[in-house]
Amino acid sequence: MAQKQFSGVTVDVNDEGYFTNSSQWTIDIAKAIAIEEGIQLSDKHIDVLSFIRKSVAGGAALTIRSMGKSGIVDVKEFYGLFPGAPLKKATKIAGVPKPTSCI
Amino acid sequence: MRNLLILGAGTAGTMMANKLRKELSTEDWNITIVDQYKTHYYQPGFLFIPFGIYKKEDVVKPKSDFFPIGVNVIYSKIDKIVPEENKVLLDEGQVLKYDYLIIATGTKTSPEEVEGLKGSQWNKSVFDFYTIEGSVALAEFFKSWKGGKLVVNVAELPYKCPVAPLEFVFLADAFFTERGMRDKVDITLATPLPGAFTKPKATKLLGGLLEEKNIKIIPDYNISSLDNEQKTIVDYGGTVIPFDCLVTVPTNKGDDMLERSGMGDDLNFVPTDKNTLKAENYDNIFVLGDASNIPTSKAGSVAHFASEILTENILCSIEGRPMTASFDGHANCYIVTGHGKGTLIDFNYTTEPLPGNFPMPGIGPFGLLKITRMNYYGKMLFRWIYWHVLLKGKEMPISANMTMVGKKL
Ligand SMILES: Cc1cc2nc3c(=O)[nH]c(=O)nc-3n(C[C@H](O)[C@H](O)[C@H](O)COP(=O)(O)OP(=O)(O)OC[C@H]3O[C@@H](n4cnc5c(N)ncnc54)[C@H](O)[C@@H]3O)c2cc1C
Repeated sequence: MAQKQFSGVTVDVNDEGYFTNSSQWTIDIAKAIAIEEGIQLSDKHIDVLSFIRKSVAGGAALTIRSMGKSGIVDVKEFYGLFPGAPLKKATKIAGVPKPTSCI
Repeated sequence: MRNLLILGAGTAGTMMANKLRKELSTEDWNITIVDQYKTHYYQPGFLFIPFGIYKKEDVVKPKSDFFPIGVNVIYSKIDKIVPEENKVLLDEGQVLKYDYLIIATGTKTSPEEVEGLKGSQWNKSVFDFYTIEGSVALAEFFKSWKGGKLVVNVAELPYKCPVAPLEFVFLADAFFTERGMRDKVDITLATPLPGAFTKPKATKLLGGLLEEKNIKIIPDYNISSLDNEQKTIVDYGGTVIPFDCLVTVPTNKGDDMLERSGMGDDLNFVPTDKNTLKAENYDNIFVLGDASNIPTSKAGSVAHFASEILTENILCSIEGRPMTASFDGHANCYIVTGHGKGTLIDFNYTTEPLPGNFPMPGIGPFGLLKITRMNYYGKMLFRWIYWHVLLKGKEMPISANMTMVGKKL
């Protein structure tokens, strides 16, 4: 298993850089990952990350649609906060597994 | 007398009516099935209509041809389920009580979910091939089309028959090549998926085919709206794609009836245990086919495999025994790749599509992740199997759960 250092802390990640142990996550680590992704975390970002962590802990499968219905952001704002591939980026920064698209 | 009620007489509901009528004695059990329509559509055939391979009459039969003797059939729209009272309300005010309920109301396209999609260009230059009306209109359009930008767009995940948009672009490539106008048609597939498919080995093969056929793919594309005047689509990331002909797979949702019943998720799919197929919050309700939220393909083949598991679990449940059968998400999809050839993928919740032979190791006759003429025959033969074997709930020589036999890691 791969490991990676963020702001002085070592965490376990998979080959794509997603956390394999969600409990190693802290806000400081999130800020460091975000910088790697070219994002400066704002309070709004942190609200979204908390929502993601809570949903995933509750067993929910996240989708772009469910994010839009989170009550925190609509889909456009979500893209604004995490440009390009928002769900992939936001889950990586939130320290949860990459959402799988089951088709 | 006890009542088993089946909602929806499509692929899944019809199979269950046939299977359970054989298992449950007519002295103890009434079986009732409800659907709003009298016509059964062979939906996999919709793919071939735009290219003149099938006509409308090739994909329709009366639903009544497929119900066994001893099942009550009601043609009516379902208003809602009242699970706390074990009853279902129909549109005409009729009330049906049940001891056991099977929800098999499938999924349908909801173009209104994307702004502008069902606008002034609908059925003029914007078409869908997931409905009979759409595929027939597109066939008419292609007859006289002079070429231009053909864009195929999947609006949102999940959608039924996940390989159908790929098959569509492969068939379009072959169709316009055969008409001697491939150089006038620019084909693009814009999809929310990260690539041609979700899993590595199949993505490699199918992505390679797209490249070989000069079909452009734009992955991670989440459409936000369509501009009917400019004839463009734009996604949330801001990528604009102009089109002369747009073929859409609109958002797929479960029936509104489930929303009215308070039983659906945010796309009206019913939360279902992926192994037992029981509705998550109810002990006497089961879900089969596209209506459930289980994390596998929404496909007729999946409903078929799952129907064997469901039959066993319903019988266990009725007899008060623990449910013994467990579904593994088995899916088996023939993929037409154009010019009379095809490929085949076989997978489940945990095993990605692998190369090999199917169903017999070394023999086949079908090749997994191989492009062969035999696989194309498999796909075309599927229609006959669908009408004569599958819907009637007869046994097929393929196991319900996936097997590694014949597969190469
Ligand atoms: C273009 C296309 C290609 C496909 N290709 C393949 C393929 O190659 N292989 C494969 O395995 N699968 C394929 N599929 C998928 C397959 O057709 C479906 O997965 C399958 O039909 C699902 O069965 P179902 O019973 O869950 O839903 P359906 O067969 O859609 O049946 C649902 C039924 O419920 C009824 N209903 C819904 N709501 C109500 C209501 N409120 N009141 C009354 N009745 C109601 C509907 O009228 C309908 O008859 C394809 C689908 C499409 C569109």
